[in-house]
Amino acid sequence: MFDLDRWREIFQSINKNKLRSILSALTVAFAILLFTLLFGIVNGLTNFFKEAFADDAQNSIFIRVWKTTKPYKGLQLGRRIQLRNTDYDYVTGEYSNKIQYQSAIIYKNFTIKYKNNADAYNVRAVHPDHQFLEKTIIDEGRYLNARDLKEKSKVIVIGRLIKRDLFGEKPALMKRVNVNGISYMIIGIFSDDGGDNEERMAYIPVTTAQMLYGNNDYISQINLGYDPSLSLDAAVAFGNKLERDMRKQLNIHPDDQSALSVRNMAEANKNVGQFMFILYFIAIIVGSGTLVAGIIGISNIMIFVIKERTKEFGIRKALGAKPASIISMVVQETVLITTLAGYVGLTLATFILSSESLREVLEEYFIKDPSVSQGVVIGATIVLVLSGLIASYVPAKRAANIKPIEALNAD
Amino acid sequence: MIKIEKLHKSYPIGKDSLHVLKGIDLHIKEGEFVSIMGSSGSGKSTLLNIVGLLDVHDEGNYYLNGQVIKDMNEKKAAILRNKFLGFVFQSFNLISYKTALENVALPLYYKGINRKERLEIALEYLEKVGLKDWANHLPNELSGGQKQRVAIARALVTKPKVVLADEPTGALDSTTTDSVMDLLKAINDEGMTVFVITHEEEVAEQTKRIVRLKDGVIISDELTKASKAV
Repeated sequence: MFDLDRWREIFQSINKNKLRSILSALTVAFAILLFTLLFGIVNGLTNFFKEAFADDAQNSIFIRVWKTTKPYKGLQLGRRIQLRNTDYDYVTGEYSNKIQYQSAIIYKNFTIKYKNNADAYNVRAVHPDHQFLEKTIIDEGRYLNARDLKEKSKVIVIGRLIKRDLFGEKPALMKRVNVNGISYMIIGIFSDDGGDNEERMAYIPVTTAQMLYGNNDYISQINLGYDPSLSLDAAVAFGNKLERDMRKQLNIHPDDQSALSVRNMAEANKNVGQFMFILYFIAIIVGSGTLVAGIIGISNIMIFVIKERTKEFGIRKALGAKPASIISMVVQETVLITTLAGYVGLTLATFILSSESLREVLEEYFIKDPSVSQGVVIGATIVLVLSGLIASYVPAKRAANIKPIEALNAD
Repeated sequence: MIKIEKLHKSYPIGKDSLHVLKGIDLHIKEGEFVSIMGSSGSGKSTLLNIVGLLDVHDEGNYYLNGQVIKDMNEKKAAILRNKFLGFVFQSFNLISYKTALENVALPLYYKGINRKERLEIALEYLEKVGLKDWANHLPNELSGGQKQRVAIARALVTKPKVVLADEPTGALDSTTTDSVMDLLKAINDEGMTVFVITHEEEVAEQTKRIVRLKDGVIISDELTKASKAV
């Protein structure tokens, strides 16, 4: 119930005791400020790491091969391992239930020419799923599809920067370009968050490349995306099993680390996840410490304040104040101060975290877009307000229930 | 108005207890102007505190306005104090951050009277004690006599049955003492029961009945010249 008279009493009391009101407000505001800044920075670190891995799909597994460095089963060392379509079919067939995306890749470097403009570009011959593995963003037209692969079509998807190099501002879609002497139709233009190199790149169907350039079944690399419903541990185990099976398939010595690499993002994710877990763990401990310090601060101030006001309470009681009215006067005053101070701390912290110049500095220290979810901070403020409520209620109740004559004689 | 039978009160001091009131019998009728005299330690303040419901007695009976006072909780005591009693203390006990007017109005706040009305009534009482012009001053801007007059106005503002004054002139010089006593006399003349504690003969003589207390018992209880003069 809103009682104007009660609030008038409270404001008069706050106004009269500015120093202690400001002190308790500072305690709370500072606790919330530190708490918010701490979680903001931790969130900023998390954001940085998330973005660092954002170029490729988080569930990628890359299979690559080099030369053997150990003899195995009568085969000499120094043998060059070659991935073939059969290996791709083996992997995709054997593990179809654990794989979400799959693509073979052949790396090429071609001169792409349109009218008088020409330059050398990296070209990847891929399967359609590569779009999701590389997180390629289609700006115009479309990506490669199954029909392109089946028909071994001479179609090409070019990066935003190739389009700018060769076409400038003119439209490029459905135009024909000359790729090392063979005419390809541009069916799509893409962009990529991975940087300029990824956008100065072109994609063609893997089948087309195999037919036109060597007429063989060689592939350079196999990229997979494991089923995202797998747990991190299961995904790591899947990657390990895949590596063992590939060694058998390709006759590579089990300890020959140089000949085959199966790079599993699940492992990196797991490491980042553990790192983040520890970071949050520390943040929670330090953050709770800040709150506890704030709570102790308010409790101290309240005990002092109530001791100081005991005589006043005695006077009020002699004049007819009921204990409940004294308790609620003190508690409401504290709750008002902590709520306002919590809000000030929160606003200040939000303001600091959103300052552009600070953000620029922080980004050099791997802290990106530092911010805190409102829920966490409001939760922290509520904890402080409740603590202030308890911290004032307990001594206020004691003070309100001592005999008025003792209260009157208190100094 | 106030009826006390065989009242006892002890305070624990370490393991022992100090027997302060040893069987007090006292009957004060409505409209009386009584002073309790006694040296310090005689138990006079304890008696007033019990009468004022600021403290509780151990044994005996206490009737205030016909009502038995026993096992009173703080809430009930607060209501009774607000309704029947007005206090005047030696050290004034004004709230330092409130103006004279707000101090006088405070008992009416606890009575549940709205702000406008209570400030009007409070001003009326300040006028009565001659401090209307000082209404918006804080206690530390007032002299001792003025503070005590504010306290008297505060004691009267709820129209209590009994005004209890604990050494009301103890902190005042003789001139202001007279003005405070004149005020108490005027209140009594209006029919209010006034109960004063003092150790000054001159003060006691201005009341109508003097009860002398020594070592926790009443040693004399007599009417004064002032009462006979009326």
